[in-house]
Amino acid sequence: MTSLATKRVITTEAPWVRFTLIGIALAFVFLFLVLPLAAVFTEALRKGFGAYLEGLREPDAWSAIKLTLITAAIAVPLNLVFGVAAAWCIAKYEFRGKAFLTTLVDLPFSVSPVVAGLIYVLMFGAQGWFGPWLAAHDIKIIFAIPGIVLATIFVTFPFIARELIPLMQAQGNDEEQAAIVLGATGWQTFWYVTLPNIKWGLIYGVILCNARAMGEFGAVSVVSGHIRGQTNTMPLHVEILYNEYQSVAAFSVASLLALLALVTLVIKSVVEWRHEREMQAAADLPPERPLVAKEAL
Amino acid sequence: MTAASIGVPLPGAAAPSRGGSKKVLPGFNLTLGYTLLYLSLIVLIPLSALVFKTFTLSWEQFWAAISSPRVLASYRLTFGASLIAALINVVFGLLVAWVLVRYTFPGKKVVDALVDLPFALPTAVAGISLTALLAGNGWIGQYLEPLGIKLAFNPNGVVIALIFIGLPFVVRTVQPVLEDTEKELEEAAMCLGATRWQTFIRVIFPSIAPALLTGFAMAFARAIGEYGSVIFIAGNMPMVSEITPLVIIGKLEQYDYAGATAVAVVMLVMSFVLLLVINALQGWQRRRSGGA
Repeated sequence: MTSLATKRVITTEAPWVRFTLIGIALAFVFLFLVLPLAAVFTEALRKGFGAYLEGLREPDAWSAIKLTLITAAIAVPLNLVFGVAAAWCIAKYEFRGKAFLTTLVDLPFSVSPVVAGLIYVLMFGAQGWFGPWLAAHDIKIIFAIPGIVLATIFVTFPFIARELIPLMQAQGNDEEQAAIVLGATGWQTFWYVTLPNIKWGLIYGVILCNARAMGEFGAVSVVSGHIRGQTNTMPLHVEILYNEYQSVAAFSVASLLALLALVTLVIKSVVEWRHEREMQAAADLPPERPLVAKEAL
Repeated sequence: MTAASIGVPLPGAAAPSRGGSKKVLPGFNLTLGYTLLYLSLIVLIPLSALVFKTFTLSWEQFWAAISSPRVLASYRLTFGASLIAALINVVFGLLVAWVLVRYTFPGKKVVDALVDLPFALPTAVAGISLTALLAGNGWIGQYLEPLGIKLAFNPNGVVIALIFIGLPFVVRTVQPVLEDTEKELEEAAMCLGATRWQTFIRVIFPSIAPALLTGFAMAFARAIGEYGSVIFIAGNMPMVSEITPLVIIGKLEQYDYAGATAVAVVMLVMSFVLLLVINALQGWQRRRSGGA
């Protein structure tokens, strides 16, 4: 007991230091994270629940919600397929240029959203590479839904791959190789061996990708053209309402996006908790599966 | 030196026993082919459009577009505010990570989850809500304005929005490293007579420094490109509180595609440089933790 007590004393701080540090950290988190979040809901409900619903019932708000859902429904599955394919080839094999490829996959993270929007305007806009051809065939990409989807895909491009690559690298190839040696096909190996191992990372990647896809502002704002009721996503609709001094309506649409963010955080916490528990359960198992148990330690 | 050889050693490469059995698993050609195709279509070809568009400008035109006084003022604001915000995030991000890893207190799990809020909250929502808080009639602004402190509609607002955006980058890079630091080293330092502060500076800090620097670079890189949260709170006055991404949008709205492209190329080059710096820092961090 005494040795435990001394151990605790020498590797932590005096109580007053501890409480001061916790106090400053909590104050910072309160000011920069809690207050902005609380402000969204308070501003939305400033004139009561009726006014709040009024902001959401507007047809333009509805079409913005629909467009946002459509965009995410296209962008997220495409990036999911890409993320799994990229993680498979980067994590499971050695080849020349692998580090360079990994950097390229990360690239959209560091490109400004405004630049991301601009590159599609330069490709498909009236002045762009394919502009004249698209105009001749009466296809609209910029200032229309395809442009919004493309810009969203660009901005959320690395999310799922980024979650999966380190996870699949840490797990190695042993289990997949065993499956192949035992006669499984490639698809069977993926479905029955790899997928159960990566499912939590995959879920986390998908919800982050989805949150970002629904909330993207800069890139979408460049390519959308801001046509009310047609090419406005929810964040763009928030901007228009806010600039028109319709504060309550702006914040009520914003509150839906804030709710989405909260749900994302909750799912993330649950996923982490489940993952830890599985690791713990594997560690508690008798050593028939030594590999899993060792990783959990 | 090939591009691959200056790249980062990946964690998977650290396990040599797995390297030998390269092509046992099927699907290499399929997945690599699809990855390269999708990457080219979505990222590489559109980005090259930006570069080719720049080549249609003469050097004088390009230089004039990227060095007009209004654009220069926007670089100063963007880089200055991003730097200040990233530095503040290093201090408070380390503090938050430290408190989350080392201490227990009620509501710790909630705080831990909340740290990711800036990743999940759409930037436009963050922008209008920070503005609502800090404007002259806002919750916080109304107490500060009589004191002569204005935090919205000027460069201060830009810094505050960028602190919000960058915080999770520092916390989430430092936190795992702090969790992995060996308590034995600290105990040894204490046994050898070091004070707690000396232990922190000489033992703990060197082991988390690479992660801290990586978090700083990531927060800085993100802040430079940030648009949504900043434009609501900045006030957007040319020469004073106009960020570089907004300059690009302004040029686009005047159909000055060449000018917008030139400024975008400057930003893109900055992103590339920062990406390489971050990769190098992460490699350093991995070697550090691998060698320990």
